[in-house]
Amino acid sequence: MIQERVSLSKARQQWIRWQRLLRAQRPGDLFFRGITLLFVLIVLGLVAGTAWILISNSLPTIRRFGFSFLTNKAFDPVHDSYGVLPAIFGTLITSAFALIFAVPLGVGASIFLVDFCPRPLRLVLAFLIDLLAAIPSVIYGLWGFLVLAPWLHNNGEPWLQQHLGFLPLFQGQPEGVGYLGAGIILTMMVLPLIISVSREVMLVTPVAQREALLALGATRWEVIRHAVLPFARVGILGGVILALGRALGETMAVTMIVGNQANEPSLSLFTPGYTLASVIANQFGEATPGLFLSAIIEAGLILFIITLITNILARWLIASLQRQAQGRSRGGRL
Amino acid sequence: MDQAMVEQARSSAPNPAGMSLSIEQLNAWYGRKQALFDINLTVPPLSVTALIGPSGCGKSTLVRCLNRLHETIPGARVEGRVLANGLDIYGRGIRPMNVRRHIGMVFQQPNPLPTRSIFENVAIGPRLNLGLHGSRLKELVERSLQQAALWEEVKDRLHSPATSLSGGQQQRLCIARALALEPEVLLMDEPCSALDPISTLQVEELITYLKRQYTIVVVTHNMQQAARIADRTAFFLHGHLVEEGETQQLFTHPRKKETEDYISGRFG
Repeated sequence: MIQERVSLSKARQQWIRWQRLLRAQRPGDLFFRGITLLFVLIVLGLVAGTAWILISNSLPTIRRFGFSFLTNKAFDPVHDSYGVLPAIFGTLITSAFALIFAVPLGVGASIFLVDFCPRPLRLVLAFLIDLLAAIPSVIYGLWGFLVLAPWLHNNGEPWLQQHLGFLPLFQGQPEGVGYLGAGIILTMMVLPLIISVSREVMLVTPVAQREALLALGATRWEVIRHAVLPFARVGILGGVILALGRALGETMAVTMIVGNQANEPSLSLFTPGYTLASVIANQFGEATPGLFLSAIIEAGLILFIITLITNILARWLIASLQRQAQGRSRGGRL
Repeated sequence: MDQAMVEQARSSAPNPAGMSLSIEQLNAWYGRKQALFDINLTVPPLSVTALIGPSGCGKSTLVRCLNRLHETIPGARVEGRVLANGLDIYGRGIRPMNVRRHIGMVFQQPNPLPTRSIFENVAIGPRLNLGLHGSRLKELVERSLQQAALWEEVKDRLHSPATSLSGGQQQRLCIARALALEPEVLLMDEPCSALDPISTLQVEELITYLKRQYTIVVVTHNMQQAARIADRTAFFLHGHLVEEGETQQLFTHPRKKETEDYISGRFG
């Protein structure tokens, strides 16, 4: 009897120990989770703090002008009348211009780098392209103002007007500085970003996918069209989002060539204009506390919101592309 | 598939009697590393030839030389001749794309295009190379899927994604994709090594069936498989062709010591 009881309690002790072993909390794991959570909270705090500062400091103009701040075209400290319609328009049109030209150019260039370029040349070219991304934007601005703008004024814009003048885009007085110049500079600045990201994702296309096409007698272009691009499209889109973010917010180079005039929004790319970032850069030096400063900060708030909206839209687009790919692969097994 | 269909497909091929391959003094390299040494081998038309040997013996490299896929790897190169119906596919002015269109290939891992449907996966070859579309394309896709013994399983969901199929079905889809180009030769690089036994059996039956119409070269490291399906077998070791002959003869009365050691399981 006694012996039985002893062995029973021994078995029970072993059971308890076994439970403890499997239930034991590992302190390292807890610690690591805490640390990474902290980092995320810091980032979230920075975003929230930025939004808070922008909103609270632009309250004077928000109260005074309300929505007319978005539709008023004058930014006039002398008469204390503020509006950023030309700047919003300028930000959107120069960024759109940059993406329209940089995306096909960039994707095309990375296709060449990945699939057609001899290896030694590829390394050199890739290095040079990454170097382009490292040039400070003030240098782009100087080049734009000293070289590009005069050339556009004397040669580029008159030529466009002569040959494509029937389009509203190329009508009006050639000025050199303006949306066209800013768009070209932005194209140059986001191009290396798009090339680098596209090249990286295209390089990791599974060899099995390429060989599937090759074994069917596909040409190089057909391999790219049917194996590489379907695989890389999500990554390429990610690069385009980065580029868009850069184009929307680029300040220095754009300020130096966009012309900085609050003109009526017009389709003519020759018009000198403003972007939200260039308004801030131009006016901040002379800003006096009160409505003037508040107006500048509200311009920043609007840029913040535009960036937020475009990023959300882009994330949504990527997510739906991914869902499409995954949903398709799950769908049939039901 | 009935006999009339076989006849019809046969009559449109460049050589109705099937295509023979003749490999002469073939050497292949990956960078500086030589993978194949002076290979001489003849593949008779309308037969199954199995290439066996331990991992790294060069058997996969050899099939990749037969449709000029080897040279697409950076640094890889080939010397020697491969005569397809007497014409050297490495000769001057020969375009690799055209070679690959006539000498089809099935890979070790099923590699359907993941973003395309079952139908599109089979249709892509004829679309790109033959410019087919509409009802003729549909017919060809159906015929290819039938030849690959997949039609009954997928005919009601041709527009589902290819990745919704099981591994064995995906491999038969890849076979159908290769067949849709109506090649003369079918190269198969360990087509069953990623498959379960039932799928393996299905693919093996398929190979035996397809040799009536195609010249087939199949790489395998499964000797039973070679014994089951191949008319002729070639044994490779360290990049050299050790021995080649009728399958039965090679497995029962090997001429070389190395072959005997390998097939009796003493190494490899």
